Amino acid sequence: MQPTLSVQNLSIEYQARRGRVQAIRNVSFEVHRGEALALIGESGSGKTTLGLGIVQLLPSTAKITQGKALYRRDTLTLDALTLQGKALREFRWKECAMVFQSALNALNPVLRIADQFGDTAKAHGYLQGRALQERAEQLLRMVRLDPERVWKSFPHELSGGMRQRVLIALGLLLEPQLLILDEPTTALDILTQRNIMDVLKELRAKLDFALIFISHDLSLAAELADRVATVYAGKIVEIADVATTFQDPHHPYTIGLINAVPTLRGAKEDLTSIPGSPPDLIELPPGCKFHPRCPLADYRCREQEPELEPIKPGHAVACWQWRSARAAMEKFRS
Amino acid sequence: MANPIITLEHVTRTFRVKRETIKAVDDVSLDIHEGEIVCLVGESGCGKTTTGKMLAGVLPISAGKILYRGKDIARLSGRDHKQFRLGVQMIHQDPYASLNPAHTIAAIIAAPLQHHGLTRGEAQTQARVRELLALVDLTPPDDFLEKFPHQLSGGQRQRVSIARALTVNPSFIVADEAVSMVDVSIRISLLNTLTKLKTAMGLGVLFITHDLALAKYFAWEGRVGVMYLGRLVELAPARQLVEQPQHPYTQVLLSAIPEADPEITRHKRRIELRSMDVPSLLRLPTGCAFHPRCPQFLGATCERDVPELLAAHGARVACHLVSRQ
Repeated sequence: MQPTLSVQNLSIEYQARRGRVQAIRNVSFEVHRGEALALIGESGSGKTTLGLGIVQLLPSTAKITQGKALYRRDTLTLDALTLQGKALREFRWKECAMVFQSALNALNPVLRIADQFGDTAKAHGYLQGRALQERAEQLLRMVRLDPERVWKSFPHELSGGMRQRVLIALGLLLEPQLLILDEPTTALDILTQRNIMDVLKELRAKLDFALIFISHDLSLAAELADRVATVYAGKIVEIADVATTFQDPHHPYTIGLINAVPTLRGAKEDLTSIPGSPPDLIELPPGCKFHPRCPLADYRCREQEPELEPIKPGHAVACWQWRSARAAMEKFRS
Repeated sequence: MANPIITLEHVTRTFRVKRETIKAVDDVSLDIHEGEIVCLVGESGCGKTTTGKMLAGVLPISAGKILYRGKDIARLSGRDHKQFRLGVQMIHQDPYASLNPAHTIAAIIAAPLQHHGLTRGEAQTQARVRELLALVDLTPPDDFLEKFPHQLSGGQRQRVSIARALTVNPSFIVADEAVSMVDVSIRISLLNTLTKLKTAMGLGVLFITHDLALAKYFAWEGRVGVMYLGRLVELAPARQLVEQPQHPYTQVLLSAIPEADPEITRHKRRIELRSMDVPSLLRLPTGCAFHPRCPQFLGATCERDVPELLAAHGARVACHLVSRQ
């Protein structure tokens, strides 16, 4: 089966006063129908830029310097990065919807929820009137909202979790085949987060879209993803199915992240921080961008940047030391 | 155990909101000892930050009493008051907002030293600044002295905040979500620095967070308190709270938290709430405030009586069901 989205050699830069910010560097990945891909990484790793790039919503200081994002639906194939005008408007929302971080600000504060749905439908020449309301109510129920309570409300009358769910329902209005969620549960309380996660699971079971979600939260990836891509300094450094990512990671950064996050079950001794901090994307270090923080770095890591190479079917790693990384990291901890 | 550094006795704080009164913190009692870590966890609006602010003396209380080394902080004057204000220091959540962007790191740390006359002369001040930077693992200190906050990473800035709090030799630190804005990969090292300082200087710490796993890790030898709508509903040794939670709310929270292991998190037993709606502080439910959502709701008792925080199996729990057992 052809992937719904295949991103090929994508690079994105920002122009800043201090120089060029290399936010995304030569990134390639695929997402299939019905699949959920998590992009995990710390703040400033380029995850959000990647999402915004796919729907062409980057700020004017950003430039896509190379790459493609091929989107396929049935017999249709198009490069999302080259779309313009009407074709771009149709691609957005009808084919690919994005739910932004900070749901609290993403809805128009002076429109009732009904009008937010109405405006979207109108702009895209979708259902109107009664038919639209029925479709919207069905979606609102799918995200566990009471349509009667929500339909005539203004955004400020809803809680953060409710607004996030309205946005997800709104995103799905035009039946897109690709949904991008940026930090869908960040800044929400534990019980609200749980509710959003359950809603997303139910939606995936009912509707057959491809999902990309961006998060710094490893546990969200463990809960929702089929595959996980670890992003560091604008590059995917490891990609694997979710079980492999957590049980058999091979990149020292992925291993380090998993070891750095406290868990409810874990013992205190299990935790170690990654030394140093993420690199400045304007002045990237030579060689592997993780080498200044990596306990396993040797001369080659300092000089040559490793590319993402498959090590097993479905598992690719960008690390010169991947063969010995797990054992070596274990030794390094004790 | 020795006398507590901080004692909260039935502390309540109300706020006026559009002609109505809400209780942000309601009848909270708690002792914290020298060298002890207590974490307060709970969802937004549960009163954990308000509690921290009252304890640090930056927000007056509406009812009850807060004692610092046995003395009521509302009645302190002169030297005692100054001792309290110096003795209890806060570390704020946002290291991007809590440091003056126009001052160098050296100036930020030197200011309280000079203001309170803790060091004599420039040479002594500079030496103490270096010492403090080294203490919070900003080494070598000379690399940081002339830098401005914007030249440091979030983690490094938060270390500067810690160093600044330590300038006045406090005996107690209130840290409100002090690592939540710091990169995941370096949170643990920041907490380790705090733990090291706590042990070395015998500091008491109130650590406010919404992350239970983090609370368990940081308060490993200490205690964790869970707040719900202004009240402390469970207070227990950290590991016990996570491994054997007694209050239904604590149990629900723990069952809802996803874990960084796909096997465990996808097969975890979930406890469903009776209602997803969080009651407004303006219209708090009668009796136990958790009763409309409580999966173990008992009926009339829960609707009528506010449960007290009572000792139960090595912890303190405010629940009618637990107190019956």
